Amino acid sequence: MIGYIVQRLLYAVVTFWFLSIVVFVIIQLPPGDFLTSYVARLEQEGDIIDEAEIEALKREYGLDATPVEKYLRWFGRFLRGEMGRSFEWNQPVGKLLRERLPYTVLLSLITLFFTYIVAVPIGIYVATRQYGFSDYLFSVLGFAGLATPNFMLALILMFLFFKYLGISVGGLFSSEYALAPWSLGKIWDLFSHLWVPIIVIGTAGTAGIIRVMRGTLLDELGKQYVITARAKGVAEGKLLFRYPVRLAINPIVSTVGWQLPGIVSGETIVAIVLSLPTTGPLLFMALINQDMFLAGSIVMFLGILTLIGTFLSDILLIVVDPRIRFEGKT
Amino acid sequence: MTTDVTTTGVSSGVEMRGAGITAEERYFLASQWQLMWRKFKRHRLAVVSVTLLGILYVFAITYQFWVPYGRLTKHEDYLSASPSRIHLFDTEGRFRGPFVYKLDGEIDFNTFTRVYTEDTSQIHRIRFFQKGESYRFWGLFPMDIHFFLPEEGGVVFLFGTDSLGRDLFSRTLAGAQVSLSVGLVGVMLSFVLGCLLGGISGYFGGATDMLIQRIIEFVIIVPTIPLWMALSAAVPAGWSPVKIYFSITIILSIIGWAGLARVVRGKLLEMRESDFVIAAKVAGSTDMQIIVEHLLPGFMSYLIVHLTLAIPNMILGETALSFLGLGIRAPAVSWGTLLKDAQNVRSVAVQPWMLIPGLLVIVTVLLFNFIGDGLRDAADPYK
Repeated sequence: MIGYIVQRLLYAVVTFWFLSIVVFVIIQLPPGDFLTSYVARLEQEGDIIDEAEIEALKREYGLDATPVEKYLRWFGRFLRGEMGRSFEWNQPVGKLLRERLPYTVLLSLITLFFTYIVAVPIGIYVATRQYGFSDYLFSVLGFAGLATPNFMLALILMFLFFKYLGISVGGLFSSEYALAPWSLGKIWDLFSHLWVPIIVIGTAGTAGIIRVMRGTLLDELGKQYVITARAKGVAEGKLLFRYPVRLAINPIVSTVGWQLPGIVSGETIVAIVLSLPTTGPLLFMALINQDMFLAGSIVMFLGILTLIGTFLSDILLIVVDPRIRFEGKT
Repeated sequence: MTTDVTTTGVSSGVEMRGAGITAEERYFLASQWQLMWRKFKRHRLAVVSVTLLGILYVFAITYQFWVPYGRLTKHEDYLSASPSRIHLFDTEGRFRGPFVYKLDGEIDFNTFTRVYTEDTSQIHRIRFFQKGESYRFWGLFPMDIHFFLPEEGGVVFLFGTDSLGRDLFSRTLAGAQVSLSVGLVGVMLSFVLGCLLGGISGYFGGATDMLIQRIIEFVIIVPTIPLWMALSAAVPAGWSPVKIYFSITIILSIIGWAGLARVVRGKLLEMRESDFVIAAKVAGSTDMQIIVEHLLPGFMSYLIVHLTLAIPNMILGETALSFLGLGIRAPAVSWGTLLKDAQNVRSVAVQPWMLIPGLLVIVTVLLFNFIGDGLRDAADPYK
């Protein structure tokens, strides 16, 4: 078991290292470097910069180094928490991330819980009524949920709310709370705004889990031990939850971590449409303005977020799957 | 039951040359692919989906003929016009064939929006196979025949127009070409990458396997949309539409191959120790021969299922990127770039028809999913 955890931890470190390389490539991708655009911007504003100053800046930022040196320098700084400066916002990247990242984490985690809380009971219900009306209803809804781009779902919901209820959904706070300090009212306001993005982001994942839950539970229900138990007169409710549900829920719980990349991914684009104060719009603006340190750091942190999620779900496997727990003891 | 099957199997072999092969015997004589086709045909929804999707692709490939106007043609007198109403009977109830009334546009000075009313005194009949705007079919043959066009002076916008007065129906069909092909081209790239890396990983094992496994894990863990966004934002703005198209496709398949590689690897691990592989080895086949000739055909059907289900993801990815303005860029059109015009509530409220390309995205993705479902059932015909 310890061996398994150590192995997973090592894998996570390797993945983190891959991630850092990819992010570094992303930062380096746009033609020209940030200094050129920085100088161009200063010149646009009327400042005159002499060659010596540019050279000094170049040395300071290490722009004359080889890619490997650049990477090592950047990665070293990143590990120490120095993520560079956002030219667009004229603020340290770390500060911007501290403002936005918590909302991304909050929204992603709540959406994750929401998908499971909604999907598992529906999956069980639907599996016990195979080919019934509710089965077809949720199949159709599920297929539609998987097929609709979530930004379009956000647009449609916004449109419906605007047209029929006259309210504009968007953002995470009402205007009176946006800049106010934290209070009970603000928290309540946050939660009253959260549910639209949660539904929009969670739909695809929910549809997917319902399908898996239905499939695995149907497989279990067709097995002989269920028939035997029923023949012996075990009550239907007990019969269902005692073993089949427990077995069918296993693969779903153990793949909790796999849901997270999808959710974070959906969150990014939905946040742009609904203008939520999360990392999505920040990333979008950073990419449009080629503010690459900011953009790279956001991709990095979103990657780290899903990496941690996957690692935790691997650990969770130990809890739900005794085969891994007892490995090595036999 | 078992003995029954064996005897029929044997006797069918004997009677093969004779006339009168029964249905049951045909079942045993059929190849794996024939069996799969038979099983697929039983999945009604999938068969209907294949037909519809085929029609959609034919329309997309030959779109220039079906659309009344060019994708960039602006009708300055008809900005943000709602979808045209096609009538069959005039105000006196006489049958006049499909026709549209003349549209009168006025600016409503209370709301500052354009309001269009039908002038029922003027009728423009819709004619088929008419000469209209000239175009180059597939960029090669100069042509000017359009499937349908209203009579001189009339206009027909099946899906309405955008705020620049461009016909949305024409633009949607033009966009179909990009949106529908991105998935196919992207999946082909993923297929090559996935088979290659998954194949190497599963067949050789050891350190190579370890490395490739970690890369696959990484690709699966990283959230796709942010990564796609970051990569496509780096595509230089000055590139030609064709270059941008291929860069976007490559970016989409950078993620897509990983799932496939996993399937390939798993299946290879399963089959690598089987007798026929050892036999091939003893007979002196090279590693490449064994992978390509003996192992890949063994799970080709699973790969096709996986690929069919991967196409929708690519289509959705392209739509999302283009919607944000990071994917396909004007003047090229795709369903995503068309949806870009419907980016805020106000424009959706004023011109709800701008969401029609989105409906087509949903329909296409649904069709692919249904086909994938049917293929999955058919993939293992011996079950």
